[in-house]
Amino acid sequence: MLNPDRMGHFGEYGGRYVSETLMPALIELEKAYEKYRCDAGFLNELNLYLKEYVGRESPLYYAKRFSEKAGKVKVYLKREDLNHTGAHKINNTVGQILLARRMGKTRIIAETGAGQHGVATATVAAHFGMECEIYMGAEDVKRQSVNVFKMKLLGAQVNSVVSGTNTLKDAMNEAMRDWITNVRNTFYIIGSVAGPHPYPMMVRDFQKIIGEEARQQILEKEGRLPDLLVACVGGGSNAIGLFYPFINDASVKIVGVEAAGIGLNAGPHSASLVAGRPGILHGTKSYLLQDNHGQIAPAHSIAPGLDYPGVGPEHSYLKETGRATYVAVTDQEALDAFRELTLSEGIIPALESAHAVAYVMKTAPAMKEGSIIIINVSGRGDKDIQIVAERMGIKL
Amino acid sequence: MTRISDTFKKLKAKGEKALIAYITAGDPDMQTTEDFLHCLAAQGADIIELGVPFSDPMADGITIQHAFERALKHPFSMEHIISLVRKVRKRIDTPIILFGYYNPFYQYGLKKLCTDAQEAGVDGLLVVDLPPEEAQSLKQEASACGLDLIFLLAPTSTEDRIKRVAQMASGFIYYVSVTGVTGARDSLADMIDKNVSAIKSHTDLPIGVGFGISRPEHIRAMLPFVDAVIVGSAIIKIVEEHAGKPDLLESVGGFVKSLKEATITK
Repeated sequence: MLNPDRMGHFGEYGGRYVSETLMPALIELEKAYEKYRCDAGFLNELNLYLKEYVGRESPLYYAKRFSEKAGKVKVYLKREDLNHTGAHKINNTVGQILLARRMGKTRIIAETGAGQHGVATATVAAHFGMECEIYMGAEDVKRQSVNVFKMKLLGAQVNSVVSGTNTLKDAMNEAMRDWITNVRNTFYIIGSVAGPHPYPMMVRDFQKIIGEEARQQILEKEGRLPDLLVACVGGGSNAIGLFYPFINDASVKIVGVEAAGIGLNAGPHSASLVAGRPGILHGTKSYLLQDNHGQIAPAHSIAPGLDYPGVGPEHSYLKETGRATYVAVTDQEALDAFRELTLSEGIIPALESAHAVAYVMKTAPAMKEGSIIIINVSGRGDKDIQIVAERMGIKL
Repeated sequence: MTRISDTFKKLKAKGEKALIAYITAGDPDMQTTEDFLHCLAAQGADIIELGVPFSDPMADGITIQHAFERALKHPFSMEHIISLVRKVRKRIDTPIILFGYYNPFYQYGLKKLCTDAQEAGVDGLLVVDLPPEEAQSLKQEASACGLDLIFLLAPTSTEDRIKRVAQMASGFIYYVSVTGVTGARDSLADMIDKNVSAIKSHTDLPIGVGFGISRPEHIRAMLPFVDAVIVGSAIIKIVEEHAGKPDLLESVGGFVKSLKEATITK
């Protein structure tokens, strides 16, 4: 297993860059997680929830028509979109809330971009009858009104954050401020492999079930490992979840797909690994979008879940060691892929996941015949219907 | 001896406590910041914290957030801030601390930052999101340049953490009096005296108390057990209210003077 060092460093990335008020809470969380990550009772309960509540395992589906259109390859889709609440996010929120309960915390907070993590958090909080507040950038509240309403139905308070760029990074700032203020009774469920140690490691551990299942499923179906894994990367939790169990399989090529927005040189985007440089944000050292003076640059993507100027530190490490490759595709390419997968397979992917699909459409024609590709379909596209309709000039 | 520890020594001899006053660089603009620095020094601030604006100040309340936003409407650069210190240093002797978040410091380059800051007349650095665990590199560069590196302790800090901070800190220790973000509050937090004395049992460094202190009476209540009081958001609120008006400097100056008077035990 590849783990960060004791202070949470993946190479030079990661660590804990937070104000002193939070340090004791992070140490408390780290100790609790160290205790329970190998605890049979905890893991049994987690696995039960993943099976009975989330609906795991998720299928690894051979997308035959899509494959034929893409090239002479076999494309498999890891169907995280079929999970309860419609995305991979719930794998992690189930794990963290079970931990929160064991730590005696009574209040849950979370940040959300697309609203998928917010919904997944509000869902488990409702299930356990816990008080829950979600921070969401005002811009995202506007873009993802259905998810906002879902969270409210689930009993969560949704706080619209008006500061900075009014998106995910600002929601995370505000959630951190809440945590600094209410740290004694509050558990902060971070939704990505970002933030201070132990979050990047812990969230990865809760998401690695994606790759563990996929690895076993592909061996059963094809009798061999895939040639290529592809997942979209915003903060990078679905990607690390798929990649991690394959890290030691040298024959498996790993590609993370970031959002190039309207184009890397044309305007704002969210490609921190492809076009950013290392820095410190939200408690961790990793690749960031920033200006020459270290001020964080606004991110953009048509996919709200990718609209983040940072990325999980383990991805920075995988980039630096060369184990994974990171590329970027534009809003338009993602939209084209969204429509292609919808029409050829009857599967409407989240716009985030459509970035991974788009990369496969670009790269598959040049791949050897019979190559096996796994795409992580991290979420379903229902939440994005409004955005897509607007782009097509259709008023719903 | 650094200018900071020298200041504490002189105040102690006089039976006074230090007033540490905070101002954000570039709020509302750099020229006004220059005027503020002279004004704070003249009205009795014993140490000045000069805030380095950052786009994502996650430990700050709404007042400092807005100050950073106002400052960042102008092009930001660490060079400007350091040049400003170099300029005012010719006329004021008050210790100046650069106070901010790690990324702008890190991007400037830690060695270059410490060298340039020290040469310009900066006396110390305080990086909000840099706990001792991640501070080795900056500590090394700061020490090499004779800059004090100031650390925070909070009501949540355990004895282990107090010891760790006491080992690495110099100049003084900043005790964050509330479990929360920066911002003026009506009343003082509980247990400040008890928590400060817990810190004092592990260090001889002066202890400054900040977060939530907004009135002379807050300062008077703390005089028996602190070495310094730190006022930030309450000053920035005045800047916010009076920016662009002719009485801006006078209002800030008058407030700082009233705070300083409260630090003198009669």
